[in-house]
Amino acid sequence: MSATAPAMPRKLTRKEQRAVDNKTKLTSPTASVIAIIIAIVWTTPTAGLLITSFRPASEIRTTGWWTVFSNPDFTTENYSDALGTSGLGQSFINSIVITIPAVIIPILLALLAAYAFAWIPFKGRDILFTAVFALQVVPIQVTLIPLLTQYVNVGLDGTLWVLWLSHSMFALPLAIFLLHNFMKEIPASLIEAARVDGAGHVRIFFTVLLPLLVPAIASFGIFQFLWVWNDLLVAMVFASNDYAPVTRKIAEMVGSFGSAWHLLAAGAFISMLVPVIVFLALQRYFVRGMLAGGVKG
Amino acid sequence: MSKLPLRKILGGTAATAMVFSLAACSSEDSGGNDLITYEIDCTQFEEFGDLSGTTVTVYSSIASESEAQPHVDSFAPFEECTGVDVEWEGNRDFEAQMPIRAAAGNAPDIAYFPQPGLMGSIVRDYNDQVVPVGPTAEANIDQYYSEAFKAYGTVDGTLYGVPVGANVKSFVWYSPSMFAEAGYEIPTTWDELMTITEDIAANAEGVEKPWCAGIESGGATGWPATDWVEDMMLRTATPEQYDQWVTNELAFNDPVVIEAIDKAGSILKNPDYVNGGLGNVATIATAPFTDAGLPILDGQCWMHRQASFYQANWGEGVTVAEDGDVWAFYLPADSVDEHPVLGAGEFATAFRDAPEVHAFQAYLTSPDWSNIKGQTTPNGGWLSANTELDPANLTKPIDQLSYEILADPATVFRFDGSDLMPSAVGAGTFWTEMTSWIANDKSTQDVADAIQDSWPSE
Amino acid sequence: MEWLLKPDGAGQEFLVMIIAIALFASVMALVLFLTDRPNMPRWVPIVGYLGPAVALIGFGLLFPALTTVVNSFQNRTKDAFVGLDNYAEIFTNPEFIRVLVNTALWMVLVPLVSTALGLVYAVLVDRIRMEKVAKTLIFLPMAISMVGASIIWKFVYEYKPPGVDQIGLLNQLLVTFGAEPQQFLLDPPGNTFALIFVMIWIQTGFAMTVLSAAIKAIPDDIVEAAQIDGVSGIKMFVYITMPSVRPAIIVVLTTIAMATLKAFDVVYTMTGGNFQTSVIANEFFTQSFVRQQPHIGAALAVLLFVIVSPIVIYNVRNMRISEGER
Repeated sequence: MSATAPAMPRKLTRKEQRAVDNKTKLTSPTASVIAIIIAIVWTTPTAGLLITSFRPASEIRTTGWWTVFSNPDFTTENYSDALGTSGLGQSFINSIVITIPAVIIPILLALLAAYAFAWIPFKGRDILFTAVFALQVVPIQVTLIPLLTQYVNVGLDGTLWVLWLSHSMFALPLAIFLLHNFMKEIPASLIEAARVDGAGHVRIFFTVLLPLLVPAIASFGIFQFLWVWNDLLVAMVFASNDYAPVTRKIAEMVGSFGSAWHLLAAGAFISMLVPVIVFLALQRYFVRGMLAGGVKG
Repeated sequence: MSKLPLRKILGGTAATAMVFSLAACSSEDSGGNDLITYEIDCTQFEEFGDLSGTTVTVYSSIASESEAQPHVDSFAPFEECTGVDVEWEGNRDFEAQMPIRAAAGNAPDIAYFPQPGLMGSIVRDYNDQVVPVGPTAEANIDQYYSEAFKAYGTVDGTLYGVPVGANVKSFVWYSPSMFAEAGYEIPTTWDELMTITEDIAANAEGVEKPWCAGIESGGATGWPATDWVEDMMLRTATPEQYDQWVTNELAFNDPVVIEAIDKAGSILKNPDYVNGGLGNVATIATAPFTDAGLPILDGQCWMHRQASFYQANWGEGVTVAEDGDVWAFYLPADSVDEHPVLGAGEFATAFRDAPEVHAFQAYLTSPDWSNIKGQTTPNGGWLSANTELDPANLTKPIDQLSYEILADPATVFRFDGSDLMPSAVGAGTFWTEMTSWIANDKSTQDVADAIQDSWPSE
Repeated sequence: MEWLLKPDGAGQEFLVMIIAIALFASVMALVLFLTDRPNMPRWVPIVGYLGPAVALIGFGLLFPALTTVVNSFQNRTKDAFVGLDNYAEIFTNPEFIRVLVNTALWMVLVPLVSTALGLVYAVLVDRIRMEKVAKTLIFLPMAISMVGASIIWKFVYEYKPPGVDQIGLLNQLLVTFGAEPQQFLLDPPGNTFALIFVMIWIQTGFAMTVLSAAIKAIPDDIVEAAQIDGVSGIKMFVYITMPSVRPAIIVVLTTIAMATLKAFDVVYTMTGGNFQTSVIANEFFTQSFVRQQPHIGAALAVLLFVIVSPIVIYNVRNMRISEGER
C-alpha cells in the first residue's frame, strides 16, 4: 500500500530532500514526546478492549487487562458467545444490503445536482446552493416522525427502500457540497474547450469531469459508508426487525447485558471489523478526496 | 410436535383451520411446544369466525431471545386452534419507539405496554388508533382478574389494556447460607430488618456492606430508586394516600412523600449500609441494576431489594430457592399485620379492530394462556395475576411465591407508581431526580420540589 | 411482487439491492438522455439535474425542519399555539440551562481541541519514518461507531471501590500514583469533560488527516524560500504552515462542529444524559419520545438550529468570498 501512496511532486533528490526535512521538521525532543503521548492515548483504550475481548469473563470482572502481560490467559469463547447471539449473521448481511445502495444512490443524485450547481448558471443558483448547504444542520432526530408518517401513508414502512431513501436524503447536502467544490476546481478552460468542440452536458460530464472526480467520489463514498454502517438511529426507527443491522444487535446486547464486558468487548470488535478493513484499504482515496474537495472549498 | 390432544382440537369446527396451521407451524417455533402439557379447548374461538390465514403483530419491549421465546411459544396453541399467525417484534427501545410509531400511524396490532401511564398517554393522544378491549376478553378479565388489575388497564372509563404479566417488587434478595451462618432470622418487621442491618454493618470488613443497590439502566436510569420510594410510601403512608400521590392529588413535595423518600434514604444514602462490593453511596447511580445484586454471591453484600424478575440475573449455576444459593424475603412493613405489596405488570392494547385481534386478546385473558405461558417459561421470571393460574405451572419457586403473595387476601396490592404517573414524571423527572438524589446528594426537599414542578398541567 | 418490498433471506435481499441501484442509475441515465438533445430549453437540464436531489432534500430535511419550527410554538397535543411558552420553559428551568451550557461546552471544546491536536500531530509526524502507521493509529477511531467508541471508553472509565483491583485503566493509574479511584462519569462537571474527550478522540483523526493533506499541499517553493531566509521549527509552523492551511482549518472546524451538535450517541450510551451530562441532541430525543413532551423537544431542536446558524452563515460568507476571487 505504501508504494502507491500519493506521490508528492519531488524536485529534489532523496538525499537533498532529507536535508530539507531535517530543517522543516519539528525535531525538538518535546515535540517527539508530545507525538508519542498522543499516539499512546489514542490507541491504548482500543488495545485494552481488544485484549479484554480475548480474556475469560471471570478474569475480566476481577483484574485489569494489563495483568495479561504477567499472567496470560486467553480464550475465544467471548466471540463464540457473542456470535451465538441470535441473528448476528443475518444482521451482517442486512448491514451490507443497507449500506451499499445507501452509498451509491446519493452519489448518483449528488453528481447530477453538483454539476448543475457548478457549471450551469441560472437565476437563484447561489441561494438554492446555500440552502442545500445550510440544511446540513437539521438533526436527523427531528425528521423521524414526519418521515415515518409519510412512509406509512405510502405503505413502504419497514422496508429496505425507506432505509436507502432516508440515508440518501440525509447524505445529499454534504455530497452535493463536496462534489460541487471539487467540480469548481476543474479549470473552466477545459469545459469551454469541450463546449467549443460541440459537446453537450452529457459528454462534458462523462469525458471531462468524471475521470477527475474519482477521488472526490471515493472520499465521499468512504465517509458515507462509515456513517451508514455505524448508524444506529435510522436503523432503530426505520428498520423492521428482519432488516436490523449489526449496530442495532450490538446496542441490544449493551442493553441486555449491562456490564457484561466480555460480550460487549467481543461484540464491539465484531461490529468494527468491516468498517476498519474498508477504511484501511481505501484511506488514501479518502485523503486525496478530502484534500481536493474539502480543503479548498 | 405438539402434545395437544387431537380429540379436543378436532372436536370443534376449527378442524379445517388445523390443517392450515399444522403445516404452517411445523417449520417454526416447534421448539417450545414440547413444554406444553396444558390442554386447551379450541371451541372458545368459534365466535370469532374463520380466522385462518390472518396475522396479528405484537410489539413489545421484550427483545432478548431468552425472554421473547417463551412468549412466542405460548401463542402456539392459539395459532393451532385458529390458524392465526402471531408475529412477535421485540425492541429494547420500546418506550421511545412506540410513541414514534403511534405518531406516524404505524402502530402494531397489539402493543405490550410495561407502564399503564405510557399506555394512558398513547390512548389519549392517539384515540383514533386504539381499540377498546372486546366483550369476550372483558368478560374474562371480570371473571379471572381482580378489579385492581382491570382498573390499571382502564383509561377514562374504557378498558383498553388486558394484563399479560405481573411481578412482585417488594422482595429482598439474600443468601440463605450467609444468614444461617450469622444466625439471622428472616425479619418480619421493619425494625427487625434495621437491627440486622446495623449488626451486619458493625461487623462488616473491607468493601462488605449490608445492602447493595444499582439504578443504572441506560435511558431509564433511576427507576429502581423510584421502586424503593414507592415501597416506602406503602409503608409510611396509607394506600389511599398512595393512590392520591400517583395522581398528584397529594403533592410530590408533601411531607408524607418526603418522609417516604427519607425512609428509603435511611438505607440508600447511609454510607455504612451501602454499597456492598461496589463502593460508596454514589456508586448506586452507576451500577447497572442487572448486576447490582451479584456481590451477594461474593459475600460482599447481604441484601438487595429488587423485584421477582431479578431471578433471571443471578446467572447460570446459581440456585434460586429457599435452600439454594440465593432467595428472597418479603420486604417487611412496620408490623407483621400490615402486608402492603408493590408490583407491576404489562398490558396489551389493540390498535386494529379485527376479529383475529379480539380473539388474540380473548386468548391472552383466558386461564389457558396464563397456564401455558407458565409452562413455556422454563427459566421463570414471569407470572400473571390470573386467579385461575395454577402455581404448579410456574416453573420457578420465586414465581410461585410471588403468585402466592398476589393471591393472598391479606395483601394490599399497589401498582408501581412511576408506571402510572404521566410520562414526563414517571419516565422522566422521577427517574432523573432520584438519580441526582443519589449521585449528587441532592436534598430530599429539592428533589421533591423539582418533581412537583415538572408535573404536567394538562 | 411482495418480495420487492419484503425480501426474505440473503438471496432476495441482494437481488432487491441490485434492483434498487439499477433503478436509480437508470433514473440518472434517463435524465441525462432526455436533457442531451440539441436545442433543449435551458431550464430542462437544470430541472432534470437538480430535481431529484432537491425533491429528496425538501421532503426529507426541509419539510421536517419547518414542521419542527411550527411545533415549537404549539402545545403538547399540537392543537393550540402557545407563543414562546416552550422557550420560556427551557430558559427558566435549571435542568435545561444545564443542557444548554453543556452543549456550548461541547460546541467549543470538541472542534477546537480536536483540530489543535490534529494539526499538531500532523505537523509532528510529517515526513517521519512510520508516518503512515503513526497516522493510522490516530485515524482508526473514525472508523469505529460511536456506540463502539462508547463501549471502549466506558471500560477506560470503569470504577471499582478502593481495596478491590481496578479494571478500568484510568482508575488503575490513579491508584498506582496513590490517589483515590474516581467515578469519572458520575461527578459533574468533570463527567461532561470525560464525555467530550471521547468525542475529541473520535474527531481528531479526521482533523489530522485533512490538515496533514493540506500541509503536504503547501508548495515546495514557499517552504524552500522560507528556509533560505533561515526560518525553521516553531517559526516555520507559525509563519508558513498555519497561514497556508487556514482554509482547511475552517473546513475542519465546521465539519466537526456540526457533527458534534448532532451527535447524541456518546451521551446516550455512556450516561443516558444523567448526572447533568445531557446535551440538546440527547435531550431532544428524551423529551420528544421518552417523556412525551414533543413541544419541548421541538423548541430544543430549534435552539440547535439557532446555535449552528452562525457557523453556517460564516461558511456561506466564506464561500461567497472565494467565489468572488475566482
